[in-house]
Amino acid sequence: MLSRTADHLFWMARYIERAENTARMLDVNVQTSLLPQSEARSAEGWQAMLGISELREKFVAGGHSFSPRELMDFMVRDAKNESSILSCLRAARENARAVRGTLTTEAWETYNTTWLELNQLLRGKTLERDPSAFFEWVKFRSHLSRGVMIGTMLKDESFYFARLGTFLERADNTARILDVKYHGLAEAGQLVEPLPDSGRHGTEPTNYRDFYYWAAVLRSVSAFEIYRKVYRDVITPSRVAELMILRGDMPRSLLACVDEVRSNLAKVTNDHSQETERRAGMLKAELEYGRIDDILQMGLHAYLTNFLERVNDLGRRVSADFLVLHQA
Amino acid sequence: MPDSSPIRFFDEMSEANGRVREHYAAFSEWLEGQSAESLASKRAEADLIFRRVGITFAVYGDDAGTERTIPFDIIPRILPANEWQILEAGLRQRVKALNSFIGDIYHDQDIVSAGIVPKEQILANSQYRPEMRGIDVPLGIYAHIAGVDVVRAGAGEFYVLEDNLRVPSGVSYMLEDRKMMMRLFPELFSLHRVAPVAHYPDILLETLRAVAPKDREDPTVVVMTPGMYNSAYFEHAFLAQQMGVELVEGQDLFVDDGFVFMRTTRGPRRVDVIYRRVDDDFLDPLAFRADSSLGVPGILGVYRAGRVTLANAIGTGVADDKSIYPYVPKMIEFYLGEKSILNNVPTYQCRKEDDLAYTLANLEQLVVKETHGAGGYGMLIGPASTKAEIEAFRGALKKHPKKYIAQPTLALSACPTFVESGVAPRHIDLRPFVLSGQTVTMVPGGLTRVALREGSLIVNSSQGGGTKDTWVLEL
Repeated sequence: MLSRTADHLFWMARYIERAENTARMLDVNVQTSLLPQSEARSAEGWQAMLGISELREKFVAGGHSFSPRELMDFMVRDAKNESSILSCLRAARENARAVRGTLTTEAWETYNTTWLELNQLLRGKTLERDPSAFFEWVKFRSHLSRGVMIGTMLKDESFYFARLGTFLERADNTARILDVKYHGLAEAGQLVEPLPDSGRHGTEPTNYRDFYYWAAVLRSVSAFEIYRKVYRDVITPSRVAELMILRGDMPRSLLACVDEVRSNLAKVTNDHSQETERRAGMLKAELEYGRIDDILQMGLHAYLTNFLERVNDLGRRVSADFLVLHQA
Repeated sequence: MPDSSPIRFFDEMSEANGRVREHYAAFSEWLEGQSAESLASKRAEADLIFRRVGITFAVYGDDAGTERTIPFDIIPRILPANEWQILEAGLRQRVKALNSFIGDIYHDQDIVSAGIVPKEQILANSQYRPEMRGIDVPLGIYAHIAGVDVVRAGAGEFYVLEDNLRVPSGVSYMLEDRKMMMRLFPELFSLHRVAPVAHYPDILLETLRAVAPKDREDPTVVVMTPGMYNSAYFEHAFLAQQMGVELVEGQDLFVDDGFVFMRTTRGPRRVDVIYRRVDDDFLDPLAFRADSSLGVPGILGVYRAGRVTLANAIGTGVADDKSIYPYVPKMIEFYLGEKSILNNVPTYQCRKEDDLAYTLANLEQLVVKETHGAGGYGMLIGPASTKAEIEAFRGALKKHPKKYIAQPTLALSACPTFVESGVAPRHIDLRPFVLSGQTVTMVPGGLTRVALREGSLIVNSSQGGGTKDTWVLEL
């Protein structure tokens, strides 16, 4: 298939996934802001959002104040913020439009309708009245976009490149969500290792505040119920980390994402892509045979920082191997 | 001269005495039974579907939020099969002659030697491409896809207004309008025997494959678009999808070792036939406009060597120019030895002294057009213009008479249309599409455009025009 077509499909899938994850993070913030907490702590949560998306500078440059209202607008509907939900859904739709002939009619109409409905929703003040309902809508549009691809598209290169985009983006986003505490605390000037119980396999219950915090992290990746089912025990940070990093059966974990990246890469393999495939395979093997204790030993933030670098490297290599317009 | 008063025009549905024409009888009866509310809700539904499907055109300079849909009218334009047969024969004849003409002027120019078309009319034409001199194209076909604009005037006779031989668009609307009608009013299709059009993409693909460079057994066909911000992008994507071929932009193609390739995820792949929706000027920055980023550097050389086919060919614009238009009936006689089946509109060529004098003396009754104009711009409709507008045009005409032609204002036929005030007649035209490859083929019908403003004769979508489904009806 055309390199440009593959590129559009890849980014189409990435952008809708990014919109979904942004909605997840925002929703958690809205939920936790309902808990009794100091204003400083609430602001901390919102600022952490900016930190993990690397948007702090941009936000400050825009002359915004750190009120929840302005932060939310910035992340949802600010057309100047390339990572806002609005910008992501527009980019997803524009990429889909560029290759609408390659998509099935249903797939294209899903992306197009998402964009049309978004504009209606934003005009209709749903976001102000019921932000959680709005975020729920974003999540479901993303579910639908994936589902319609799986349910209607020929399993050929078009499909695999879109899937590559989905899972590279999700790997990146899950890692950032897991790292949020580091950013939040750093903002508040209390840089402590976020996992005081590291080294132990988390048998002692964490304190009350931490419980809500880690529960929120789990909810943001739809893993709260999964956690209960898998561990049947109290929530501890190290288990949360284990679930979200190393559990291959948890669909948003780093292992699950990297495994999908690896297998989709194998399906589109070409003469340039061996090294990229090797790196993806290596990363997957490390996750598959890794132990949470070792990761915590290294420090979660350091581990995740390294992981993000490697995922970015894979993204760049996919572009170079397949998507950039090679002459020969 | 046809009467220019806005009152007397041919009504597609009813005779002058109010009796409904036979081919509209069943429809008219059905229409009587529909309430205005139900029609309005169907129209709203159509607009919603068009938006969801993304059948829109981008408004230049705006962001993605402001794409428009072309208004769709739910009342079809119906042609009885016997009328269509005449029209079809006339259009085939016309396009055959035009293809012969283009081949001739890029080779021996017999028509010039015979004294039928003056040499300077061709050589001084900005659409004439000297690069095409002496080049043989597959099957001798230049205009593979032609979209000929036809109107009905006077007592209902057909006139050809314009032969669009470069990159005519609109066929996707023809197909989507039919789909929409079948979706909104399935019952109408059991009441009528409407000739199908949905196979157009198949015969288009067949046409394109037939003109591949010799010895290419399984040629690779692509559609080339200027990109997603082009106003006809939907159509480009639609046709590529329907034919199952790649939709490429200039940047996806490159020339290497005398062939054209496209860049794919598995390396370069040779391309044989390009259905290009990019104007000549932008095709090759090395040969034509150097600032074009839409084209493929070096493609002209490959084309001239016969190693890739462009559809339509380079240089067809010389034959659909308004200054060449008056010669088409004579071309038909010259190349085919037949009389022209369809009428030409009488045309005054303002480069001729007598014609200019006549035009200047009768501006109030005439339509004056730029020879290279398109889209309904740069024209004067005398009867619908103010004194000041006419005087302004008079100045322009005197200054550059060669740039203009004049024609009598045709009272375009009107078709009942669902507008704000209910069902009322609005003026229409018709663009059937003629495909030339191994054979000349058409699907029955075409795109009917309708001027939605009362009294307006301009059907272009850029100026408030809409579209209708077009039915060729077996009675």
